[in-house]
Amino acid sequence: MADTQSSATERLREITVNGRTIRSSATTLADLVAEHGFGDGRVATAVNGDFVAERARAAARLRDGDNVEILSVRQGG
Amino acid sequence: MNQTEPLRPSPQAPAPQPLVFYGETVASRLLLGTALYPSPHIMSEAVRASGAGIVTVSLRREQARGRTGQRFLDLIRALSVRLLPNTAGCRTAREAVTTAEMARELLDTDWIKLEVIANDDTLQPDVFGLAEAAEELVRRGFKVFPYMTEDLSVADRLIAAGCRVLMPWGSPIGTGRGLANPQAIKTLRAYYPDVPIVVDAGIGAPSHAAQALEMGCDAVLLNTAVARAQDPVRMAAAFAAAIDAGRSAYEAGLIQPSDRAQPSTPVAGTPFFDLGPHGPGSKPL
Repeated sequence: MADTQSSATERLREITVNGRTIRSSATTLADLVAEHGFGDGRVATAVNGDFVAERARAAARLRDGDNVEILSVRQGG
Repeated sequence: MNQTEPLRPSPQAPAPQPLVFYGETVASRLLLGTALYPSPHIMSEAVRASGAGIVTVSLRREQARGRTGQRFLDLIRALSVRLLPNTAGCRTAREAVTTAEMARELLDTDWIKLEVIANDDTLQPDVFGLAEAAEELVRRGFKVFPYMTEDLSVADRLIAAGCRVLMPWGSPIGTGRGLANPQAIKTLRAYYPDVPIVVDAGIGAPSHAAQALEMGCDAVLLNTAVARAQDPVRMAAAFAAAIDAGRSAYEAGLIQPSDRAQPSTPVAGTPFFDLGPHGPGSKPL
């Protein structure tokens, strides 16, 4: 990260997760998923409408304004 | 007839054939949805009573630290049924493709019930988005079960895209009105005799399901009619019986409707025939 000198608050990103905008220190999608307590649960993810596979989450860097969906299986017709 | 010769159906009647989706033989002709039941227990019991081998599921947002999805998945996996994830609620081809990818990763299946919805009130398929999404999903290796209107032109596009199952609606989702346009479903059947046709949505009563099977549709997919019944478990069994009856009737070969009455009792040898109802020999009672 280029901004390692910056204060902690400056490193928080504004990210929308499942429709709710939050400020997060997560730098990657994998961090964000762990931050939300899904480390061991099965969820699927998308960023800005594009699918991001589980194996690609660690390399998926988050930017301000990103829109993340974290989904799991539910009842359906 | 030689006594050792097995009984055969008449030459016009279609021979019993197993239902095959994308190379996989399916035992039950009822596909059941898992939503709207009074409780998870009743849902499980209804699935068992229906004999369904395939149930539909969806993907929804998970709460932080939530385990709702995992709990539901554990419940459904205990039923030993095949899961068919849907893209319910998607409004665009892009949303549907992304949802399908997420479902494939979560459930380890390349089957997808593709829904692209055009209108909130009718929940009718957006057939343009549907065709676009189907093309892309087939390209990505999915086996697509498209929720579609009953138009032949839409079927043509979906088949050209690589779909090998067609799922026309009976009537709008949740309405329970049955087959609104049976003639168009018959047309689909006639044009695509070798592609499995599953009537999906709008089935309200076991008789609707039986009608679809009698017409030669291969299966039905329903949810609300069972889940919202006063006794979902009993209704699931009722649908299973109706679907079996409808399929057996199709295989047995239905008679053609006729405009004119035809006596079932033999006419030859009818007594008093020569007197006639108003003839010279007739007398009042």
